[in-house]
Amino acid sequence: MVIGVIVMLECIPRKAIDHTVGKINPAKTCQPLGAMYAALGINRCLPHSHGSQGCCAYHRMALTRHFREQVLASSSSFTEGASVFGGAANLKTSIKNIFEIYNPDIIAVHTTCLSETIGDDLSTIIKQSEVPEGKVVIHANTPSYQGSHITGFSNMCRGIVSYLAESDGTQKKNRVNIIPGFVNPGDVREIRRIVEEMGVESVIFPDTSGVLDAPLTSRYEQYPDGGSRVEDIRDSGNSKLTLSLGSFASDAAASLLQEKCGVPGIPLKLPIGLKATDALIMALKEAFGVAVPRSLEIERGQVIDTLIDTHHHYQGRTVAVFGDPDTVIALTEFLLTMGMVPKYIITGTPGSLFEKQIWEMLAEVGLTDCRVKADADLLDLQLWIRESPVDLLIGTTHGKYIARAEDIPLVRVGFPIFDRAVHPLMPIVGYRGCLRLIEQISNTLLERRDRDSTDEDFELVL
Amino acid sequence: MTVTEVHIDEMMTPYPDKVRKNRKKHIIIKSAESAACPQIEANTRTIPGIISQRGCAYAGCKGVVIGPIKDMVTITHGPIGCGYYSWGTRRNKARSDDRTPPEKIYTNLCVSTDMQESDIVFGGEKKLAKMIDEVVAIFSPRGINICATCPIGLIGDDMGAVAKEAEERHGIPVIAYNCEGYKGVSQSAGHHIANNNLMERIIGSGTDPRTEEFVIYLLGEYNIGGDGWEIERMLTDIGYTVNCILTGDSSYEEIKDLHFADLNLVQCHRSINYIAEMMKTKYGTPWLKVNFIGVNATIQTLRDMATCFNNPELTRMTEVVIERELARITPALEKFRKICNGKTAFAYVGGSRSHHYQYLLRDLGMEVIVAGYEFAHRDDYEGRDVIPTIKTDADSKNIPELHLTPDEALYQEAHLHLGLSKEQYDTIAAQVPLGDYEGMYPIMRVGRIMVDDVNHYEAEEMIRQLKPDLVFSGVRDKYISHKMGVPSKQLHSYDYSGPYAGFNGAVIFARDVADALVTPAWKLITPPWEEKNGNRSDSDA
Ligand code: SF4
Ligand code: SF4
Repeated sequence: MVIGVIVMLECIPRKAIDHTVGKINPAKTCQPLGAMYAALGINRCLPHSHGSQGCCAYHRMALTRHFREQVLASSSSFTEGASVFGGAANLKTSIKNIFEIYNPDIIAVHTTCLSETIGDDLSTIIKQSEVPEGKVVIHANTPSYQGSHITGFSNMCRGIVSYLAESDGTQKKNRVNIIPGFVNPGDVREIRRIVEEMGVESVIFPDTSGVLDAPLTSRYEQYPDGGSRVEDIRDSGNSKLTLSLGSFASDAAASLLQEKCGVPGIPLKLPIGLKATDALIMALKEAFGVAVPRSLEIERGQVIDTLIDTHHHYQGRTVAVFGDPDTVIALTEFLLTMGMVPKYIITGTPGSLFEKQIWEMLAEVGLTDCRVKADADLLDLQLWIRESPVDLLIGTTHGKYIARAEDIPLVRVGFPIFDRAVHPLMPIVGYRGCLRLIEQISNTLLERRDRDSTDEDFELVL
Repeated sequence: MTVTEVHIDEMMTPYPDKVRKNRKKHIIIKSAESAACPQIEANTRTIPGIISQRGCAYAGCKGVVIGPIKDMVTITHGPIGCGYYSWGTRRNKARSDDRTPPEKIYTNLCVSTDMQESDIVFGGEKKLAKMIDEVVAIFSPRGINICATCPIGLIGDDMGAVAKEAEERHGIPVIAYNCEGYKGVSQSAGHHIANNNLMERIIGSGTDPRTEEFVIYLLGEYNIGGDGWEIERMLTDIGYTVNCILTGDSSYEEIKDLHFADLNLVQCHRSINYIAEMMKTKYGTPWLKVNFIGVNATIQTLRDMATCFNNPELTRMTEVVIERELARITPALEKFRKICNGKTAFAYVGGSRSHHYQYLLRDLGMEVIVAGYEFAHRDDYEGRDVIPTIKTDADSKNIPELHLTPDEALYQEAHLHLGLSKEQYDTIAAQVPLGDYEGMYPIMRVGRIMVDDVNHYEAEEMIRQLKPDLVFSGVRDKYISHKMGVPSKQLHSYDYSGPYAGFNGAVIFARDVADALVTPAWKLITPPWEEKNGNRSDSDA
């Protein structure tokens, strides 16, 4: 037998291709995953998937692989009967069993394609369920045939506000609500640190720090000591301001807070990169009349220093960026700050706002020869790259097939990253995040240069 | 510590009555070596709200059986998630060979119709048909599989009709699998649906008989981490013609010819026994239950195979290979055995591994004290003898059973497939597991536990009570175990190592297990400023 190896994605032909329906190598996944992630950002919360158990198994698996942490979530475990007659009985039984066996403070239910297609009315079923004194059940509708996991995250954030946030009608507290978006727990920690350095009191939700970056100690906790506390989320209705970071993931919850509790919101980008971090700090400074501390000034100065000292490692290099919309928007801004050329920019999540925002940023620096697409997949990206390559890929694990097939280095940023570790703990937000991104991008390009240089061009100092 | 019914009852105290009643039937303690296996409840519904390990029929069909067929494009018909999660997550390796060139390999793709709200409302048939057309235009594959996800059955898309029309348009097989996730009670339903379709649509369609000697097909081997290749290496050295591993690294081209097998080997009984049985009915092909996990198990299997063919040269070569391999691996294995010896483990995964790995662990001096399957049936615990007594319930009824009859042209008595006389065959069948599987029970020692569809709560409680040295599980339980201070290895994905099968695999497995046990950080959990009492505080809780 002649045994060969697969040449990576050799099956994709080098000819013009019509790819107009469905997705081939998607750059998004389904809503419930995002809803489950958001729910894990509440202290002592058990996310619950109302549908067949397969979805829940898959979502837990994907989150577990990215974070390398336990992800507990339950399912209504539909069988064919429930699919025909509706899942009310399954949900009621689930709620009873969950409180008795797993004893969470709160259950956050999300739907799946199946329960959405059946049309189960969750608000009503929850109202009819037995919920022990002092416990809460909230829900969000997350039909996966709309949007993406980011939409699901956004819907659950909104659900959290709609069930929990309350305004007691008195004067607002001198405190900021922060909705940090679909970021890693390390990022949430860094955002909190910045807000604390600014001397502003805050409520951050959902806060997956402590839950999905929990320490291994001598004591096992089914609900690790992390996440936003329910009473703090309740009280968010009494805060003076909400900063929603990332419009796709966080704006919906912020608008509802405004509508429901009269807390004004300022939409910001995810604080990835220098300008977006500046914007977060300015927003806090202006709203709360605080001074920017020396410590943050030093951090910012270090970023500028590094950018100037290392620009020759990456300036003018072309990049293809792919991932979730809020991440990609902020990242693109930073790549422009670095003097790089984001040539292809895609997200799997649908939404024309993405393309608009990216084109505005590109126009500002006079870049026109780029391609931008929302609701795209990685086959789209690969075909563009084959037409005209780039120097670097920045995105998630699934880009590794393109990286290998087209021989382009990949810097892993975003969700999911299944094939590298530690990233969920290492922030890419804030000024420190800038340094991490610069380091990753520079090093990756320099590794490539070292690898590809001839012996006579191989140098010690770069 | 041995466990008694009292322990189990204590563990179940927090359960609501109904849950307790249900779960008790899924747990068996082996009472005496000689005792027949008590009836265990398996393949029944997961209780709503319970954190189970189980997945769905789609996962069993697309993820396990169909996805690995390398020269067919598998389209997931549904919203994006199901296809996305089953993309590249199962380590069924594939490579090109003389029948399948690199450009005909599609296993690294994820193809999904990505249904949108309008498709749910107005139906997704048109979109599916268009996607098939585009897939054919882009890839020109040898065949296409379409796997259904939950919403499909509900909105009434007729995938079969779309597939049939596409087949006529393109002249290649387009196979529809109605493996909606809510069918059955676990992945198991999906295995069955996949088996049925492979049997009806692909197996037997090849027309060039194999002319080689000792033609075998290895069924229920998915080539995780390259297991199938390691098995193939040994078998080829002995003199067998391994025509195809099903479905790891398999191709449509090869599966077509399955009916030319002299002998089918069954590694994972749960996922593929339907094909093995149906082939026995239709073509008379005998099947042998094998286990290539573990040194002694592998040796036993190789000898069983040689017994089946009853050929002196094959028997001689079997011993030559065994001796050669043993000489090579024993020193390395000994090194790790020293670390593993005397350690205890839990194993709960899948529908066969929790049984197979017990042999390999015994080779290393380890013992499994709690074992369970995620989606097995009673026969996987109790042995095939119980099959006639298993009642069909509402959930199993919706998986079609194919009622096949012997193929007029191709049916041959089992002994003729092996080139034996009827008498020889009968003698051999009494010695080796031909067409038989004894299940997990016999290997369990007295006082040890079998638990079906274990859930998070039970797993956690049993780890607390029994303090195993290592937990073998899937990825979802791995980090729970770590947080409880117990090393854990993934038995689905091998923590991205492998192969674990055969002789080479045993050494790699032993190394990985030893590494997990002795990695230095386990001793550093308690910081120096906290009092050391030797014990982790949670184990006293
Ligand atoms: S939607 Fe259905 S088919 Fe898809 S993962 Fe969930 S249970 Fe499985
Ligand atoms: S059925 Fe829907 S919710 Fe479930 S995994 Fe598939 S896309 Fe996601």
